[in-house]
Amino acid sequence: MNKWWWKILAVLLLVYTIIAGLLFDVPRIQILNETIRNLYFHVCMWFAMMILFTISVVHAVKYLRTNNLKSDILSRHYAVVGIVFGLLGYATGAMWASYTWVDPNNPAAASFGAIAREPKLIGAAIALLIYFAYLVLRDSIQDIDKKARISSVYNIFAFAFLFPSIWIIPRLLPSLHPGGDGNPALNPQDIDDRMRLIFYPAVIGWTLLGVWIATLKVRLSILKEKNLLSK
Amino acid sequence: MKNWLFLIVLIFINKLSLAQNENAEMADIMRRDGKIYVVVAVILIIFIGIILYLVRLDSKISKLEKQQ
Repeated sequence: MNKWWWKILAVLLLVYTIIAGLLFDVPRIQILNETIRNLYFHVCMWFAMMILFTISVVHAVKYLRTNNLKSDILSRHYAVVGIVFGLLGYATGAMWASYTWVDPNNPAAASFGAIAREPKLIGAAIALLIYFAYLVLRDSIQDIDKKARISSVYNIFAFAFLFPSIWIIPRLLPSLHPGGDGNPALNPQDIDDRMRLIFYPAVIGWTLLGVWIATLKVRLSILKEKNLLSK
Repeated sequence: MKNWLFLIVLIFINKLSLAQNENAEMADIMRRDGKIYVVVAVILIIFIGIILYLVRLDSKISKLEKQQ
């Protein structure tokens, strides 16, 4: 258990997020009502995913430069935890949208048709599917060095594709999803100051939790590799 | 000029409709009853439980690393 402080920081920030996120004052907005508090949970999942994918691609580049297999292990596990956060973001988004985007005057099927056409949902789905393909590609190659090299190159491609699929294309098309223009949740005009006080710590807390889980997986797989080599 | 006036009126109407948001329905009764603290407590217990599990995992892996 080395370097404890950031793990404690992650837990403290998340405890603060849960308490303040549910109890503190939020702006009163029609349709959103109390669900506005989902900002501290749903949006943070995507922020954490983006940061974890960034760490993953940095290690992929590092592997290609140094051929050190440890970087490859790091890259893989950060990508996996990033995917988990992405899936959680998707699931929470589906939950949130089904209560705020659905028109109660229309039949459910009509609303579903409109939601399924959302560019942000399709873009996020494409981005996640590309990362699923990363795992499939990785685990289908037997040779360790070839596996590491091909998956590092693919990781860079997958990361590059995140930008058009979740940042650029959804902004070019009309969408119900907020944050279509400017920098969602970072722009001083589109987020209330009271919420900013909880939102930023929440992003850091969730990201650190993801990093913690990823480091556990990395340490475990390094142990496994060592066992394989010593046999 | 007329267009400008129209735009300004529109912006004003927009501001008015924003002001009406103050009556948006919130879970005020739940807060007044104090039941919201029950929800917070339940979520915190689950969260702390998961964190304790992570801490245990972390120390187990550390032990394995030391054995190597």
